[in-house]
Amino acid sequence: MVSANAELAYNSKIEGDVVVSRADAVINWIRTSSMWPMPMGLACCAIELMAVGASRFDLARFGAEVMRFSPRQADVMIVSGTVTYKMASAVRRIYDQMCEPKWVIAMGACASTGGMYRSYAVLQGVDRILPVDVYVSGCPPRPEALLDALIKLQEKVKREPSASKLLTA
Amino acid sequence: MPPSPDAVAALKVGWAGVTDRASLDHPAVDVPAADLLGVLGSLKSLQGFDMLTDVAGVDWGVGARPRFTVVYHLFSTTTHAYLRVASSCPDDAAPQLPSAAALWPGADWHEREAFDMFGIRFAGHPDLRRIIMWDGYPYHPLRKDFPLAGIETPLPDAEITAEVKVGLIAAPMAGGPFVAAAGQMNMGDAEPRAKDESWNERRPKPGT
Repeated sequence: MVSANAELAYNSKIEGDVVVSRADAVINWIRTSSMWPMPMGLACCAIELMAVGASRFDLARFGAEVMRFSPRQADVMIVSGTVTYKMASAVRRIYDQMCEPKWVIAMGACASTGGMYRSYAVLQGVDRILPVDVYVSGCPPRPEALLDALIKLQEKVKREPSASKLLTA
Repeated sequence: MPPSPDAVAALKVGWAGVTDRASLDHPAVDVPAADLLGVLGSLKSLQGFDMLTDVAGVDWGVGARPRFTVVYHLFSTTTHAYLRVASSCPDDAAPQLPSAAALWPGADWHEREAFDMFGIRFAGHPDLRRIIMWDGYPYHPLRKDFPLAGIETPLPDAEITAEVKVGLIAAPMAGGPFVAAAGQMNMGDAEPRAKDESWNERRPKPGT
């Protein structure tokens, strides 16, 4: 039952249960493969966010299907929708409750810039109160655009010097 | 369905201050602020207007007299008649009217909204707090002298303000306000955009 290529892969009898790799590569591999979102659904973009999580677009393919509605179990906040000034304090408070490391995706025109709501009531871009990693254009963005944003964020996280950050923190 | 002008005629018998109000659809009356509660009460108890569908505030502009008007939309679930009752606030600087919340509980939130947006106070309201903007917001945004872009103000939460060190800013209008174009077949053309695109944040408005 042993295939012909088995000897080319990892062989515990020869390697002795040891895998050599870089700490950054391992840590970032773990982080990118289980990036749990905090769905900050505030307006119509949240409907597209739900579509991304559902079977057709299937966020689970990228390890990010676990939407917990609890900031303490989340890694990436997806701000999807219009952030009013009244809600801005709550958004920031939820972000503050997320555990490090944490990232933010600003989904759609409203979350990124305030969108068409140039008014007294709407925060002109969630980056005024949160450090945003990825902006997604669109009103609302297609689900594919959000998948692309997640992949972009994973690529960004893979480049992070995680080990040295952990040691100096 | 009985013709609803009857309600206006019956109302005028008992209330001398009630006058006709220009209206394109349903009958409408103007009522002096002093008679407002009595008129509303008799419309509810004697004429069967058991449903208050809306309470709306109007700001006629700075310097207009009277400046603030409140419009009540009444409906009768038995005769299916609509009636619009409007009453102007006697005082322009501190506009106030009696609250209708004791007659129709639905007036509660409508009057809170009129208070929030226009600063019209309703005497006898059970819980006159802001309903849309947060408590402590210093302005009434739908007044004519309030700019659409807003006025710089701190965020509602002092703790968060200390953390993020930003507050409300006047929104960059960039030729706005942004409005959708009606009657466009192409979705791209119908998208909300500024009517005047000759200026934006980087290019100053011509002539200024």
